[in-house]
Amino acid sequence: MILTTLEGVPGKEILEHYGIVQGSTVRAKNIGKDFLAGMKNIIGGELKGYTELLQEARQEALDRMVLQGQQLGANAIVNIRFATSSVAQGAAELFAYGTAVRVS
Amino acid sequence: MEDLIFILSPFFVIGFGYLIGAYFEKQHYESIRKRERQTLHLPVVNYGCKQPLPEAREARLVVGEVVISPDAFKTFVLALRNLVGGRVTVYETLLDRARRESLLRLKEEAIAWGATQVLNVRYETATIGNSSQQGVASLEVIVYGTAIR
Repeated sequence: MILTTLEGVPGKEILEHYGIVQGSTVRAKNIGKDFLAGMKNIIGGELKGYTELLQEARQEALDRMVLQGQQLGANAIVNIRFATSSVAQGAAELFAYGTAVRVS
Repeated sequence: MEDLIFILSPFFVIGFGYLIGAYFEKQHYESIRKRERQTLHLPVVNYGCKQPLPEAREARLVVGEVVISPDAFKTFVLALRNLVGGRVTVYETLLDRARRESLLRLKEEAIAWGATQVLNVRYETATIGNSSQQGVASLEVIVYGTAIR
């Protein structure tokens, strides 16, 4: 599966469109468990544990989008965008969407 | 005496946060400047979506992410700033660091893959639970684009 943020795949031609495909994940903070992150709030800086969590969540959202594309018979997803939203206090959604296409 | 320690303890935390936080911020900026010079040869542009597709053999999505937290001093300054309003310079540097760091991660991923150019780069920012009293105010930055080679 080829993923791009462009309106096509360079060097290839789009044969067929399958419409929008999407995938999302919702994460919550777990400060109760994550004492180190609480300490980090005093000295500041990168929260590495949360960066990993974000990477996993992003990968999961992309995987769900790719799965949806595969079910439609696509071999590429173009014009991918990420969006975030706060669904509840302390929880955030990460959302990936794009257009599933079949390329030559 | 114990009461005094209890009353002054938040100020110790803020002072500690200021000293350590400022030190790490300086270190981080030095690292950012150094890596920005190292990755200067890779063109990263945020156009390319509404233009003819470039000549390339392969394309793939590259992503850079960072989750960053303010220190106790910055949180304290923000609380004071909320009373009078105006610019919050300490948070501006925080955002600046997060954005530049995430872009550097994207570039490093693209260079490792052997990219000649990164097109149509977009930023996305989110926070989790910073409005509540409990919990760490954390800031997430995701930057993504298409690497071609």
